[in-house]
Amino acid sequence: MSEKNIIRLERLTKTYDMGEVKVPALRGLDLDITEGSHVAIMGASGSGKSTLLNILGCLDRPTNGRYFLGDTDVSQMDDDALSTVRGQRIGFVFQSYNLIDQLTVLENIHVPLFYQGRDLTDEYDHCLELACLVGLGDRIDHRPKQLSGGQQQRVAIARAMVNSPLMILADEPTGNLDSSTEAEILDLFEDLHRQGKTIITVTHGEHVAERSSHVVRLKDGLIDQETRAPRSAAAVS
Amino acid sequence: MKGISLLRVVQLGIKSLLLHKMRSVLTMLGIIFGVCSVIAMLAIGEGASHEAQEAIRKLGSRNVILRSVKPPKGQGASDNKRIYTANYGLKLADIDRLAILPGVAHTLAKRIYRMQVRAGREAVPCQVVATQPHHPRLSQMQMIEGQFFNAMDSKHRRNVCVLTDSLAAKLFPISNALDGQVKIGKVVFTVIGILRETAAADSRPGAGAAEGESLDANVYIPLTSGHARLGIKTRELFAGGYNRERVELHELTLQFTDVDQVEAAVPGIRSALDRFHDKPDYEVIVPLELLRQAERTKRIFNIVLGSIAGISLLVGGIGIMNIMLATVTERTREIGVRRALGARRRQIITQFLLETIVLAIGGGLVGVALGVGLPVVVERFAEMKTIVTLPAVLLAFGISALVGVIFGVYPARRAADLDPIEALRHT
Repeated sequence: MSEKNIIRLERLTKTYDMGEVKVPALRGLDLDITEGSHVAIMGASGSGKSTLLNILGCLDRPTNGRYFLGDTDVSQMDDDALSTVRGQRIGFVFQSYNLIDQLTVLENIHVPLFYQGRDLTDEYDHCLELACLVGLGDRIDHRPKQLSGGQQQRVAIARAMVNSPLMILADEPTGNLDSSTEAEILDLFEDLHRQGKTIITVTHGEHVAERSSHVVRLKDGLIDQETRAPRSAAAVS
Repeated sequence: MKGISLLRVVQLGIKSLLLHKMRSVLTMLGIIFGVCSVIAMLAIGEGASHEAQEAIRKLGSRNVILRSVKPPKGQGASDNKRIYTANYGLKLADIDRLAILPGVAHTLAKRIYRMQVRAGREAVPCQVVATQPHHPRLSQMQMIEGQFFNAMDSKHRRNVCVLTDSLAAKLFPISNALDGQVKIGKVVFTVIGILRETAAADSRPGAGAAEGESLDANVYIPLTSGHARLGIKTRELFAGGYNRERVELHELTLQFTDVDQVEAAVPGIRSALDRFHDKPDYEVIVPLELLRQAERTKRIFNIVLGSIAGISLLVGGIGIMNIMLATVTERTREIGVRRALGARRRQIITQFLLETIVLAIGGGLVGVALGVGLPVVVERFAEMKTIVTLPAVLLAFGISALVGVIFGVYPARRAADLDPIEALRHT
């Protein structure tokens, strides 16, 4: 466990202000995630899972506490700075794929780079390479609606990698898929993990957790149970 | 927006508009009709006033036209009650009085008779214009055959005349009119020329409003011959009696060397004439003044038409805003995804603003095409003259682009202000 920390949360709290009542969602969370790990975040609804995901994804700011992403404290950055962090350091994979309908597969993969001012013509080879990596090299001109759910999720994974992020953040990535497609997607994540990518998955499924090297179980806004398997163990299982 | 080429964003905008072709076209309709109506209305207004102005311009902007008018009853009555003769109007002597005014280059006098003109068995009611040899130079007419009478004809009071081509065809249906003989009243005249009128009907010589409309059938004779052979007194019969009139000249045109002198000269003309005319028996017509008036009227007309069309553009803009707001709601999730993938607020604003502008400008272009086409159709079927001017096209197009910007800002802000988490959760 000598790898460096990629994420470090210190006493992280998040309280939603609902006018008269204040609802605490996270109540002082401490968490370290090392580079190259495959993390599963689990917990019942209301456990603070989504809130944690939003904060990890820089979509939301914690009320208190600190969040280091890499070496940077991102906990109190402004909106524009957070946008840049999302665009450069985080790859998102959503449950409902969230591809943009009017764009082709290749253009969808390119979107994060677009907002960093990098033109598709310059990044064409890079995007094509990723499309091939997820097995859609022959579908680059298709629209999302012309693809199956599993194929759409592969496009989303390619998109999540296009900006060479510090980590890939997946929110129930197989929640909308049947079991055989689910297996394919999980295999793909495992391949990426083996290549050294950091992957954080929020999930309900125990079998997803079984394939992770680091499982975090949340309950009532606090970590209930944390299991770290040795790195080699994850690769074997 | 740093780094991202505008072209790419525009492409993106067009792409998402093409995704909903029907909706985009319907959204643009407001702008299309707005732009189209601005251009078409201004074209029709411009055409209508152009015709009026052209007619006035043919009277000559360097000219001042004096016409004899019958003074109001009572003032013009002669002392002799038994034989009532109205003696009024411009006199031959007035020509010399006015010719010496500063800036006057030419004068042209006319005496007009309404008479039957005969040739053989054909008889046509005509307007006989007794005028001076230089008449063709000061008015719009074109000699077709022969020539206009010259100074010698005028000096010797020869019985020569020039006919308009339409009259010549009526009087001489089978033979050539040139060198033919016509009888004006009881006097025989020889035809020495045929001409064609090119001026609009209402700017041709008329014998004054009292005597009705001007005719197409004009006969031109020397003024001297007219005075000598046809006289200056006319009798007008009406039920229960007749009026006798003594009029030397019906119309006197003064042409100035320069347009700038025209309006300043009017008081001089009046004072020169008033010394010899003790009653108001003439009127002064300044075509330049009429022209200015017509232009003022046109401006008001254009403003009214323009505002109506402008309001329809405004309504079109509100239509676009409405649809864009609906689009923002519909694409909330897409906005959320783009924000999650690193888009800044400004980038989302730019994207939606550009989409609106593309809609407005696209609608503007179609509107310009229709607006240029519609007047052509109107001209063909309604026989109205229309003129599409470049400023009208630019104005309409500029407003449509402006509408795009103004009504695009609000939806774009709404889109950007969405909370990314909320937006992503939206289904």
